[in-house]
Amino acid sequence: MRHLGRPLPRLEASPLVSGRGLFTGSMQAGDHLAMRLVRSPFAHARVTSVDVSGALALPGVVAAWSWSDLGDLPPISYRTGDTGRLDGFRQPVLASDLVRYVGEPIAVVFAEDPATAEDAADQVDFRAELLDAFIHPVTSALGGSSDHATVALVEQGFGDVEHAIASADIVVELELEVGRQAAMPLEPRGLIARWDGARNLLEITGAAKIPHIDRDLLADQIGRPASRIVLAEGHVGGGFGARGEIGPEDVLACLGALRLGRPVAWLEDRREHMTAAPQARGQRHIARVAAQDDGRLVAMDVTFMIDQGAYLRPDGLRIAELTAAMLQGPYRLDAFRALGDVRLTNKTPAGPYRGAGRVEGTFVRERLVDAVADRLGLDPVAVRRRNLVAAEEMPAARGVTLGEVPVVYDSGDYALLLKRAEQTFALERLRKRTRTRRSKGEAVGFGLAFFVDRSGGGSGDGVRISVDDTGTVEVVTGAADLGQGLETAVAQIVADILAVPYTDVRVVHGRTDAIGFGQGAEASRSTVMTGTAAQQAAEKVREKALAAAAALIGVSADRLMLDEGEVRPIEHSDAPGLPIGAIAHALRPDRAAALALPHSPDSAGLSAEAWVSLDSPTYPYGLAAAVVAVDEETGAATVERFFVAADVGNAVNPKLVESQLAGGAVQGIGGALSEELLFTATGEPVAISFADYALPTADQVPDIECLITDDAPSPLTPLGLKGAGELGINGAGAAIAAAIDEAIGTPGAVTHLPVTPARLRAVLRGVS
Amino acid sequence: MSQIRPLSFRLNGVDTSVTVEPRRTVAEMLRSDLRLSGTTVGCEQGSCGSCTVIVDGEPVRACTLFAVQLEGRELRTIEGLARDGSIQALQEAFVEEDAVQCGFCTSGFLVLAAAALESDPFIEDEAIDALVSANLCRCTGYGPIRRAVRKAAKTTRRAT
Repeated sequence: MRHLGRPLPRLEASPLVSGRGLFTGSMQAGDHLAMRLVRSPFAHARVTSVDVSGALALPGVVAAWSWSDLGDLPPISYRTGDTGRLDGFRQPVLASDLVRYVGEPIAVVFAEDPATAEDAADQVDFRAELLDAFIHPVTSALGGSSDHATVALVEQGFGDVEHAIASADIVVELELEVGRQAAMPLEPRGLIARWDGARNLLEITGAAKIPHIDRDLLADQIGRPASRIVLAEGHVGGGFGARGEIGPEDVLACLGALRLGRPVAWLEDRREHMTAAPQARGQRHIARVAAQDDGRLVAMDVTFMIDQGAYLRPDGLRIAELTAAMLQGPYRLDAFRALGDVRLTNKTPAGPYRGAGRVEGTFVRERLVDAVADRLGLDPVAVRRRNLVAAEEMPAARGVTLGEVPVVYDSGDYALLLKRAEQTFALERLRKRTRTRRSKGEAVGFGLAFFVDRSGGGSGDGVRISVDDTGTVEVVTGAADLGQGLETAVAQIVADILAVPYTDVRVVHGRTDAIGFGQGAEASRSTVMTGTAAQQAAEKVREKALAAAAALIGVSADRLMLDEGEVRPIEHSDAPGLPIGAIAHALRPDRAAALALPHSPDSAGLSAEAWVSLDSPTYPYGLAAAVVAVDEETGAATVERFFVAADVGNAVNPKLVESQLAGGAVQGIGGALSEELLFTATGEPVAISFADYALPTADQVPDIECLITDDAPSPLTPLGLKGAGELGINGAGAAIAAAIDEAIGTPGAVTHLPVTPARLRAVLRGVS
Repeated sequence: MSQIRPLSFRLNGVDTSVTVEPRRTVAEMLRSDLRLSGTTVGCEQGSCGSCTVIVDGEPVRACTLFAVQLEGRELRTIEGLARDGSIQALQEAFVEEDAVQCGFCTSGFLVLAAAALESDPFIEDEAIDALVSANLCRCTGYGPIRRAVRKAAKTTRRAT
């Protein structure tokens, strides 16, 4: 049976439909101490005193620490390697002289059970003098490096933007904003840290996404060798970028386990998650586009500000850099400039969230294109089509870099995807029907957005495969699984090469003691990088198996085939085969020499290892389209239909890809219409529960209609793989904005995401 | 902190007696005291529905019910439903439709659907869609969950 490219059921599902998932909160043994943070109720204040004696007086409390109890503990560092200029923006593990956001940790309590820990946290006496909170970062011109709130400026571009704009037929300028939002995985964050004195080992469970990188960061923070720390993930209740960013809580749980000699469990509650976990988006753009009368885009000039919150997260300036690097999207331009201004505010620190920088950039770029089409009286889809980078231009250098890496689109046939989407979804007919409904008085509209995404790249992803005597295959990776289906995808790739059922492939992930390095699962990399490493390691295992079988059977390896888990001569395909498990048995170190099999002491058994390094990432792409109806009385927008078309180079499992697209799309719908983290003028968060932060519910979203193509395999990997994790969310906001404009007959009406009913009502009032 | 109280109820078909603090929720009791961690807790605010359990035939959020309120009542959890085979059609449909990604909300959706299918095997598709809107999922976008519950309902109807 062939596995690659088939929509096989995911291997991970079985325990999860029986209540047997091992999420962080399910792994507590009886002797764990519960850790509870005491958090600042003020957005900005000078700390006068933090007195933990009241907490210590409660029975069942084992320890309570404020900053002065911690000793010399460094602030949270960057995993991007940033040092020097960004040093001052790192978050202290506990606040010392200043608190800078509501939710900032000021003390920590360890107690025998969670309820006692919560009671004790209430007894910590915190005194502070209030200072003015800096909430709205736009108090001076964007891009003003002299502003006290600016952390850093990030700039990208090419060509003479001023000249291009001056000589173009039209120039459109827009002010656009994407509100603060959050990844909001359904399982709150958590960490269990246990010091194993017998082995002098700190065992950590819970931090996910990038286990090896997190382990290294934690090793630095607490001053232990990385090899004396094991980080192992269990089941992970969703990540979407927010989980696995090391913060004060992770360091404190480790410190508690080491100092108190007891396992420590930190399990955040939802309210805590909503003020403490990384938040995202929060970008304001002033964007100009220049075009010719025929719709040809000439230049884009975008200045944007990121509302970073009180500190930088371990990802440093990555989101600003991503925004600038990917803003051009799929269009040809003569000149481009993006200037990002990362500003501090007295809010929860921002960090990565699925589609980071690209959701915002796509919203801005596609709003600009819609504005050009409107100004010139052209069809917005036609304007897009005429400006797409052509297939013949691939690989296409985009004149910008991300970090040190030049942005070069590896492959793509954007026009073909547009055409196929138009056919598959019958978009012309749909648009016509939408126009007809509008002419009969319905406020309904269609919108479309095109986007390019980025996935994989770099190095550090490896795979080790070994086959046991039963023919069962173990694949050890440095990747992580956050629910995306890593085990299934990797098993499918390996199963074809070793000719075994994918159910016989066991994929190990997220364990720092299982393999030396790993880049986890971020930035849509796991299928691209780990999938490729798995393919290469499996091919080595296959070669090794055939060479050993050749010696055992006495037929040369090039005349052998591997089929249904057995090796047999090509000429005698109906002959009884040699099972791959038997070959593994013969290749055991103690037998291989005796049987005079080709073997190497450096790689014992039927096993092999492969590591992947890509100088450049891959660039998957796609489009989102939406039909949206607006209730002009209430301002409520309803997404009636939603489409995603995406090219992923080679879909290992189209069903898993579709699940990524659909899940991302619905997050995108939430980001477009309802999800926003608001703050009062003094910096108190307004959204502290699911009642105030409106995730979409099933009745608010249609079934997502998907088209998955593999017309442009990546030339960078043998299987042509590209990542699919962030394609669903990328264009949702932009497409829905365009659809709402059309529905209410006001081009350019939507300038701010999310388009909540209140915001849309205000727009409608302005219209009428 | 507070007085420990004795509590007797029926748990997944077995008469059960425990002692609990009055402030303990059903979710806390299940997860911490009884080591039944299949009931997951996503918000502790009664919003997300991940912790849905069945009390006397009705789906209930275990994070907003005190354990002491269970006195003399019948509680069923994902573990019991999975063990007695009563949700097999739902489990299969969830896997086939790829209605499970991270799986954190899955127990809640399965229990919610199980309660609905038990009380009305002839539940209409529209009612299923409304039912599924009770709980939150952040991974799947809901389409697969809707399809899975509809499919399981059909399978169950055919079997009866």
